[in-house]
Amino acid sequence: MSGPVRTGGDASGRVGIVLVSHSAAVAASVAELARGLAGADTAPILPAGGTPDGGLGTSAELITEAAKAADGGAGVALLVDLGSAVLTVKALLAEGDELPEGARLVDAPFVEGAVAALVTASAGGDLAAVTAAAAEAYAYRKE
Amino acid sequence: MSTETYGAGFFRDWLTAAAAAVDREAGRLTELDSAIGDADHGANLQRGFAAVAATLEKEPPATPGAVLTGAGRQLISTVGGASGPLYGTLLRRTGKALGDAERVSRTGLAEALAAGVAAVSRLGGARPGDKTMLDALGPAAEALGDSFAAAREAAEAGALATVPMLARKGRASYLGERSVGHQDPGATSSALLFAALADVAGAADAVEGTS
Repeated sequence: MSGPVRTGGDASGRVGIVLVSHSAAVAASVAELARGLAGADTAPILPAGGTPDGGLGTSAELITEAAKAADGGAGVALLVDLGSAVLTVKALLAEGDELPEGARLVDAPFVEGAVAALVTASAGGDLAAVTAAAAEAYAYRKE
Repeated sequence: MSTETYGAGFFRDWLTAAAAAVDREAGRLTELDSAIGDADHGANLQRGFAAVAATLEKEPPATPGAVLTGAGRQLISTVGGASGPLYGTLLRRTGKALGDAERVSRTGLAEALAAGVAAVSRLGGARPGDKTMLDALGPAAEALGDSFAAAREAAEAGALATVPMLARKGRASYLGERSVGHQDPGATSSALLFAALADVAGAADAVEGTS
């Protein structure tokens, strides 16, 4: 799958990941955690947290910017926290032309899904494999 | 029976009046939202509708459908809370349903709004009775088939009817029983939209032919 315009992303054409949280700090920290656990040479993972003025909330502008930067032509997996983050990504996907072609909302737990998605994307998994790995994180029970 | 039709100017007037109403009532919306939400509904909608009104004034679209789809898109990108994608989807889908008709009848708008309301329900996964904006939007869109005044009354009644409801969607749903006894902010802002519509329609009908 290739986007119409390549605007950024990974030189080796791996799936990009965008983390959408109400909080800039949460999105950035989860990206950092996933990078740390995924090892060297990871696929692109971009935070899109909070509002442009640094407050808590969801910004369509930050999401579209991050998705373009994460897009290397192999698709972009968007992980979201809750409420308006979910609804904003869904509404942007419904717009049709706001997000790169091959952008997809992933139904996954935010932290565990981000790690699973990045490990899979970094290993060269395609968009289906990345979204499946992230969604599978729901199956891991903690007690 | 009215055969009046409404052009792009009417729809611009509607959203401009809605922006003024949201601006006027922002404090009340935020107060309602601080009881069961995160106290940002007034400010979020104020920001979104101010952007919509400014764009409508600067670059007025030529058809009713274009007015609503453009405004919807802008709400999605400027609001910053869940009401942005929800109201954005409402206006976009309603606008798309209107197509590129230059003038729209009240019943035509009612049908298009029903499509918009259905899209909001799909996006948020809420149903009537969940204490959301749908509890005002659904009855209002239906009553618009009768008259603008009926739609205003249905929206207002729908918003008041959320008071005893238990919230099943959004942040308020985490409160469980404690959400009972509070009016839903989203249903309240939806009532403002339909009040603005009825006001603008009343003014348009009073000076027939200039809408």
